[in-house]
Amino acid sequence: MAQSNKPIVWGPFAAGGTITAFLTPVLILLTLLAALGHVPDLFAYAKMHAFASHWLAKLAIAAVVFLSLWSTAHRLRITCYDLGVRADTLVATIVYAGALAGTAASVLYLIQI
Amino acid sequence: MPYVRTIPRVRWFFRHPRYVRYMTREVTCLFIGAYTLLMVWGLRELSQGPDAWRAFLECLASPASIVFHVLALMFALYHSVTWFNLTPKALPVQRGEDFIPDGVISGAHYAVWALLSLAILVLAGAF
Repeated sequence: MAQSNKPIVWGPFAAGGTITAFLTPVLILLTLLAALGHVPDLFAYAKMHAFASHWLAKLAIAAVVFLSLWSTAHRLRITCYDLGVRADTLVATIVYAGALAGTAASVLYLIQI
Repeated sequence: MPYVRTIPRVRWFFRHPRYVRYMTREVTCLFIGAYTLLMVWGLRELSQGPDAWRAFLECLASPASIVFHVLALMFALYHSVTWFNLTPKALPVQRGEDFIPDGVISGAHYAVWALLSLAILVLAGAF
């Protein structure tokens, strides 16, 4: 049987595409409301801290960050190829490493909350 | 020598509106990725205490941040619409001899999206 690592990179991409399709617009809307001075109740420090302190919320946040960054990385990789950058292995290494680094940072901050 | 059609390396996607729409969809990832990094930064500030969190909210209110948010919202919506419109192709459901119509599958996704967004807005106390 042919060996391929495609499902490994493509699975989180599809999951990330789905989770960002469902969640990212409303998350942006929430921070946009906060930016415009109509701050949602959740953005009060005590409430946000209490929310992010729960282990289930930490897990959910880390998962959303990982899947969002991974699907971004995968699309960036394809777009680089489309724009004539043919060093795919290098591009793939940089973008996937970036996604993992971002996820690691978020896990580190979540542990400190 | 085989014939190799020459394609401009970068500007090929201006040749057809379909290619432009494809590229627009691909570019949405830049905004979604940047917004996710903004979330990671927010987590960092949240972990550093109330003062850092207040400063983060003040940064959010800057004009550059508002412009970014509006652009990111438009691109994120474009991603959602293109993604849900593809769901009938990705998840075809067969009932007996026939496939469930495309509109039912994508429509179900749109309905869940709307309800989920509304629920999150209510739970976050945006109203």
